[in-house]
Amino acid sequence: MSFASWHDFLYMGGHYPFVWSAYAIGVLGIVVTLLRPLRARRRFFAEQGQRLRRQTSLESGNAERVDASRSS
Amino acid sequence: MGRLKTVWHRLGSPRWFFEISGPWAIGATAIGLTGIVVGLAWGLAIAPPDYLQGNSFRIMYLHVPAAILSESCYILMGLAGAVLLIWRMKLADMVVAAAAPIGAVFCVVALLTGAIWGRPTWGTWWVWDARTTSMLVLLFLYFGVMALRQAVPREETAGRAAAILAVVGMVDIPIIKYSVDWWLTLHQTSTFKLTSAPSMPAEMYLPLLVSVLGFYAFFFGVLLFGVGNEVLVRERRTQWVNDLVRSRQP
Repeated sequence: MSFASWHDFLYMGGHYPFVWSAYAIGVLGIVVTLLRPLRARRRFFAEQGQRLRRQTSLESGNAERVDASRSS
Repeated sequence: MGRLKTVWHRLGSPRWFFEISGPWAIGATAIGLTGIVVGLAWGLAIAPPDYLQGNSFRIMYLHVPAAILSESCYILMGLAGAVLLIWRMKLADMVVAAAAPIGAVFCVVALLTGAIWGRPTWGTWWVWDARTTSMLVLLFLYFGVMALRQAVPREETAGRAAAILAVVGMVDIPIIKYSVDWWLTLHQTSTFKLTSAPSMPAEMYLPLLVSVLGFYAFFFGVLLFGVGNEVLVRERRTQWVNDLVRSRQP
């Protein structure tokens, strides 16, 4: 351990504004890099699922109409 | 050699890539995040302070990996661009598309942490020296590749235009690499060299090594996942993607 106490660790020998702001930016960058593709994947499955459901309901709607015209 | 050729041909199949890359993406990301957490915590709390800079040097454990990765990512993107232009491999275009935003984020992190580190160390946030300027050019190259992909409406033309910029922009990489040796300005020279031992004690460079390796694994994991996304979007009309989408619906 390079620091005697939590206070010393957070204080960083007076360099705390620099060290911690740099690390905040770094962590933000990592989080953004991680979450962006995960969100894109989830959005893709949601949108494509919707498209497929629309398609099937359209197809089944057509089929019902054909059935109705047959029975009349 | 025969097997290598088979793999090369299979890379032409986006579906094969998607199926093979999934577990690798998750594994590499997990290993990478672990390495980053260990490396950064080690560097922040356990490594001894620098005799001259005190504790501000701990920014290095973030700054150096981010900078190395933004360069490595660009090299990979440039090579993928060349593969696209020479062999017209679709997967290469997807690698360019997925790599650019990741590299841009790393480049921003490297520039910002460098500025923050420069303030207590050099007495200034920014200096137009060779290393910082060539890194800024790298960021604009990333933005250029991303903008070209967005701006050109036809997907194939957009991919080729971005690939050409990615390849031409590779000129900047050796300039960044050797800028600290060619022009001896404020920025210090490399810590790790292939030809000699690191210029700092083991307690200081081991956490840096862990952090750099962690960043590499994280990058490859996230990149594979991003390329997987590109595969899905481009193959969204195919049967196998439709089946996959159906199996994922609640």
